[in-house]
Amino acid sequence: MSATQVQETEKPQFYLTEEHHPENSTMLGFWIYLMSDCLIFAVLFATHGVLGRSYAAGPSPADLFDLGLVAFNTAMLLLSSITYGFAMLQMERGAKMETLVWLAVTGLFGATFLGVELYEFHHLILEGAGPTRSAFLSSFFTLVGTHGLHVTFGTIWLITLMMQVGKHGLTPENRRRLMCLSMFWHFLDVIWIGVFSFVYLLGVLG
Amino acid sequence: MFGNTSLTHFLFGRLSWEAIPYHEPILVVTFAVVALGGLALLALITKYRLWGYLWHEWFTSVDHKKIGIMYIILAIIMLLRGFSDAVMMRIQQAIAFNGSEGYLPPHHYDQVFTAHGVIMIFFVAMPFVTGFMNYVVPLQIGARDVSFPFLNNFSFWMTTAGAIIIMMSLFVGEFARTGWLAYPPLSGAAYSPGVGVDYYIWGLQVAGVGTTLSGINLIATIVKMRAPGMTFMKMPVFTWTSLCTNILIVATFPILTATLALLSLDRYVGTNFFTNDLGGNPMMYINLIWIWGHPEVYILVLPAFGIFSEVVATFCGKRLFGYASMVYATCVIMILSYLVWLHHFFTMGSGASVNAFFGITTMIISIPTGAKMFNWLFTMYRGRIRYDVPMLWTVGFMVTFVIGGMTGVMLAIPPADFVLHNSLFLIAHFHNVIIGGVLFGLLAGVNYWFPKAFGYRLDPFWGKLSFWFWQIGFFVAFMPLYVLGLMGVTRRVSQFEDPSLQIWFIIAAVGAFLIALGILAFIVQLVVSFLRRDELRDTTGDPWDGRTLEWSTSSPPPDYNFAFTPVVHDHDSWYDMKSRGYERPLTGFRPIHMPKNTGTGIILAGISTVLAFALIWYIWWLAALSFIAIVAVSIGHTFNYHRDFFIPADTVVATEEARTKTLAERT
Repeated sequence: MSATQVQETEKPQFYLTEEHHPENSTMLGFWIYLMSDCLIFAVLFATHGVLGRSYAAGPSPADLFDLGLVAFNTAMLLLSSITYGFAMLQMERGAKMETLVWLAVTGLFGATFLGVELYEFHHLILEGAGPTRSAFLSSFFTLVGTHGLHVTFGTIWLITLMMQVGKHGLTPENRRRLMCLSMFWHFLDVIWIGVFSFVYLLGVLG
Repeated sequence: MFGNTSLTHFLFGRLSWEAIPYHEPILVVTFAVVALGGLALLALITKYRLWGYLWHEWFTSVDHKKIGIMYIILAIIMLLRGFSDAVMMRIQQAIAFNGSEGYLPPHHYDQVFTAHGVIMIFFVAMPFVTGFMNYVVPLQIGARDVSFPFLNNFSFWMTTAGAIIIMMSLFVGEFARTGWLAYPPLSGAAYSPGVGVDYYIWGLQVAGVGTTLSGINLIATIVKMRAPGMTFMKMPVFTWTSLCTNILIVATFPILTATLALLSLDRYVGTNFFTNDLGGNPMMYINLIWIWGHPEVYILVLPAFGIFSEVVATFCGKRLFGYASMVYATCVIMILSYLVWLHHFFTMGSGASVNAFFGITTMIISIPTGAKMFNWLFTMYRGRIRYDVPMLWTVGFMVTFVIGGMTGVMLAIPPADFVLHNSLFLIAHFHNVIIGGVLFGLLAGVNYWFPKAFGYRLDPFWGKLSFWFWQIGFFVAFMPLYVLGLMGVTRRVSQFEDPSLQIWFIIAAVGAFLIALGILAFIVQLVVSFLRRDELRDTTGDPWDGRTLEWSTSSPPPDYNFAFTPVVHDHDSWYDMKSRGYERPLTGFRPIHMPKNTGTGIILAGISTVLAFALIWYIWWLAALSFIAIVAVSIGHTFNYHRDFFIPADTVVATEEARTKTLAERT
């Protein structure tokens, strides 16, 4: 057999004498985490798909949603993704100050998005269209609210990272962390496009 | 509690002295035993000054080997709890005839069967499996640790926190009375207003965080950290099954998390996801929970299949028959497991076409599983079989699991399922596959890898005794349930009218008693082996003439696992190395880069336990406070940039020379 032939000719190398450095797994691990998070949203979207027409004789999307406001909010989130992209470009150049400025702009867009969302929720609840009114509203508030919670955590993370970049500069660790947050932030953007299309636009179309 | 009701209510939520079950004699006695045992343990630890050792060497350790061992200890402790629930049920059902109500009132009996299911799946089988994957996978792929060592420690403590939350319900308040999957509307606020379902939800949510993170961690480890030369088709089969299991974990546990979150919103906020009114849909919960629940059983059984594959190849002294088909079968099972969930509720009324689809996909799973069974048989065929304890478990598994598999195919036929649904036939079926498949595999694994982890083999006499008690006890305990199920007896019933059924329940109780002897023999085996450890010592690191890389290290392996990263040429790489004249490196050692221990994992899990307790008892100030604390500690942890250190070359040299000496003394 081939094994014995090899044995006769040469003894193969069975270990590395040099230090072995496996590739860093953080990006892969974070990707897998994002996909697991994506499944949570998948459940919430599916739930909305099942319950989205169960108005229980209460208000429907056409009665409730102000598409102009939602379009404005969508623009805020999309712009925040673009500005995060600018921050990453500056990071690649190694420009710490510029990176921080673009991160701050991103944070402001994110905060605006959250402010408008809170205003919308507040307004709906005052109208008597709170999460307990019907299964449709339960699933609406949960899906949109879960996205909002993610943006909130993203914003807290952003502020933390700004402090760390300010303190330690654009070290390899901080670059890796900025990269992770970048993926997280764009991921939330993609989810929001789903929310805007399926929940708001299709909802109002009825 | 203290007079001023509104202040008391603010401070303690709905917690009051009424929550302490001092009027239930069974619980009082249990509490006394647990409290005395716990105090004795704490006193012993204090007396021998072990706190520092435990904290520095174990609790804060990021070493995958120690974390793996801690997972398995957790699983064995919880097995004792889950099994005492089983014994209580068997005794109750054996005596509650002819007008006798037995000794467990229905509200207590319902908690017992719920706790039994939850504990056995989430806190016995899951940590057991995760423990093995943690311990064995990095060693099998020639790595020094997992990809994210801190996350690994955190995952373990979150699992433990979940177990602690479930155990708390025994003495403070009550547990769910809903069955292990807490179907609404029964589990909704209207029908289960107490704390039981809340204990269930938060116990599983906290543990679920740990499980998901450990799944991500192990996937990244297997994909990125394999030794040079180990392509995917050269990975050991156990690593393959671990990879598929962890993919399933990451692909399903978020669904469980989301589903339980929706149930908790129904209970806490008053939303209408699963309610009967205002547009809610209880069947949606049942669909969602089984989209997680069916893959879950494959999460448990795939690693067990991996253990059997390693054991069969090792103890038959042969290459595993059909390695590639084994890998493909594992992957096919992984994918199909996602397409069968509806067979758990054919009676929902989704129509003949839907039921037919799910019935057929279910039956198709038996094809790759059958292929595995033949692979093991053909590995044994003309092998030089050594019937050591792990091999006994494997043969016992092959017999038992095939029977369970066949009753599974029966249940997959929708018309038959309409008759057998929710009957004791179903109970017998899934115990047949979970005990005969998962548990036998785990016990085979304990006997197989114990010498690697602790440096001495387990006593074979008590191991064989344990095996035979389990094997015979299993059949005596569960075959009667098949009979009763065919006669139409449903599950979760605490009293019976028809006296002709009693004999079968008595036989089943005898079986449970035999299994108890099996567990006792296992514990005696651990103790006896510890006492005889010098006779049973494994100085070679390779007591079974193993075939995979973990056997190339010393027993127990050094902290860094491999002084030099191995290079792999074949899928039985250690066997390949041995047969081609591998010589252990004796010089040229370098400092080794390793992660530092950290207490953040146990601290975060501790605060999570407090958060869960506060949420269960509506103590809102404490919930808010502990939530803020979790965020603060997590952020604080990210400000620590010094997470690694080097094991100096001198230490490596000393460790390796000690091993050289041990090996030389042997020959």
